Amino acid sequence: MKPKSGTDHVFLFSWLIRGKRGLSLICLLLAVVLLVAAPFGLKPYGIYLLSLWAVMTIAAIGLNLTLGYAGQISLAQASFVGIGAYTAALLTTQGWPLGAAFALAALLCFVIGWLLGYPALRVAHHYLAFVTLAFATLVYLILRNEEWLTRGVYGISGIPRPTLLGWSTKAPLDFYFFCLGVLALAAAAAWWLLRSPWGRAFTALRENPIRASSLGIDTRRYTLMAFAIGSALGGIAGVLYAPLVQFIEPTAFTLGLSFNLLLMVIVGGAGRFAGPFLGAAVSVLLPEWLRFSEGLYLMIYAVFVMVLLAFCPSGLLGLAERLRDSWPRFFKSAT
Amino acid sequence: MLLAGLATGGIYTLVAIGFVLLWQTSQTINFAQGEFVMLPAFFVLAAMKFGGLSFAAAMGVGLAVSLLVLGLLFKRLVVDPVIRHGVLPLVISTIALAILMKEGVKEFYAADAQPFPAAWATSNLQFGGAVVSVQNLVIIAVAVLAVAALQYFLGGTRTGRRMQATAQNPLLARVLGIPVGRMVLYTFLINAGLVALASFLVSPIYLAKFTNGETLGLVAFVAAIVGGFNQVRGAIAGGLLLGVADNFVAAYLSAQYRAAIPLFLLIAVIMLRPQGLFGRLEERTV
Repeated sequence: MKPKSGTDHVFLFSWLIRGKRGLSLICLLLAVVLLVAAPFGLKPYGIYLLSLWAVMTIAAIGLNLTLGYAGQISLAQASFVGIGAYTAALLTTQGWPLGAAFALAALLCFVIGWLLGYPALRVAHHYLAFVTLAFATLVYLILRNEEWLTRGVYGISGIPRPTLLGWSTKAPLDFYFFCLGVLALAAAAAWWLLRSPWGRAFTALRENPIRASSLGIDTRRYTLMAFAIGSALGGIAGVLYAPLVQFIEPTAFTLGLSFNLLLMVIVGGAGRFAGPFLGAAVSVLLPEWLRFSEGLYLMIYAVFVMVLLAFCPSGLLGLAERLRDSWPRFFKSAT
Repeated sequence: MLLAGLATGGIYTLVAIGFVLLWQTSQTINFAQGEFVMLPAFFVLAAMKFGGLSFAAAMGVGLAVSLLVLGLLFKRLVVDPVIRHGVLPLVISTIALAILMKEGVKEFYAADAQPFPAAWATSNLQFGGAVVSVQNLVIIAVAVLAVAALQYFLGGTRTGRRMQATAQNPLLARVLGIPVGRMVLYTFLINAGLVALASFLVSPIYLAKFTNGETLGLVAFVAAIVGGFNQVRGAIAGGLLLGVADNFVAAYLSAQYRAAIPLFLLIAVIMLRPQGLFGRLEERTV
């Protein structure tokens, strides 16, 4: 298409931001450079926050698979993070390598997630929310009461950070890069999954389950699969969480965290690949930016979420898309 | 023991009925229902502390503010803008609302539990060796009265029948000339009234604390689902059942896993009888 004279720059600009692939690539490169460069100017606490962001993003990616793509609401993601964290803590304090914890936690969460998916076959929406909520409460009670295994409310401390092929990740900076590496792997796996026939099936499941099944998609298996894979990612996030904070106790994995993860997915933009990254950033960093407001930040966050949902339920990314689509028009009317 | 269970169940019932009514008329799943119960007690406390009102006057103010804030404003500011996007955004929005209310109370009133005066005697009566707490009797009486009044209103008055018609088929109700919007608003007001009542009943026992809503809200949902989501009498049965089960399990089985009881019930009911013990099968949930 030949641009009209006089509006060349507008077209170039709009091509840059509208050309989907180009924009995504630029954003991706920029984000990677930023993430690698960011920790060097930061104090240990800042690096800790970035690591926390990476860990939460992994859990949110998992939830985004379940909620955003397959359309199954889950309030139990924190429980899977908890199961992962306890697996890692129990194994590594006994001298096992963290790799073993990754494998075991992912497997454990996959199986439990699969089982939790069964009620999802029977019920929809809000019912499912309550079933998963019940499950989350149950996991919390077990973590708190079964002291022989989890040491109850005293928690588990002194969780070692892993050494990878002679590279010790004891220092915050090293551990951050370790987290970032795992995040990159998890994100790549999710990206691949979503572009595979499986991922397409997930979306079909969300959009129209009846049509999906009439097209020969085994909705039963895919619903369970969406739950299981999302849960496994939660478990992997938990395995990273334990050595990151080095002290875990049951209250870290209550409903509060589940809500928080849910809000991350929604705020970022459910069903959008970059959503969890953005949502986790808002959720982890906002408290720091709003530190001046002290206790008010949760209230500000809550109001922000409610307003966002009222005006743009597709999240920040949906908002960005809307802006992007209306920008060229805006420029045209200005010139 | 049974009495204490029934009293607890009575409170659960009030909260669960409000929840069911909201769902029936407007497909609103209110995840902040528990916080709705927590808040009115603080309206009363604030009215007494800052307004210098007597307890009775403060209760009146608390009720009025509850109707305004939890009924009218909740509908206008939270539900109306979000409901057109579907059920899920509304669920999440009410979760955010719950956080907002909890943090608001913690920040602007107090983070620790506040004693809440009871409107009646807290003594015990002796009945042939059995100790009966007056408080429990009062709670049961008030709950029964409230439910009976509500049932009469819904079934026996013109407005109540119109509300039921709206719940069953909003389109047809509109065709018949029923002001559907106003009926939905009434539902929100009734819900606000019910939670305020529950709040005044429960706060003298458990003290008024900003985290009170967490368990209450959950139990109300469970009661609603166990009893049947689309039936008021289901909510009553579910509430009473849970209250009694709760007290018995805590006494005889395990206090540690007390909180898990409603959840086991919930999962059992959902797996075996998803429409609830008293519910009708509903086609529109999917």
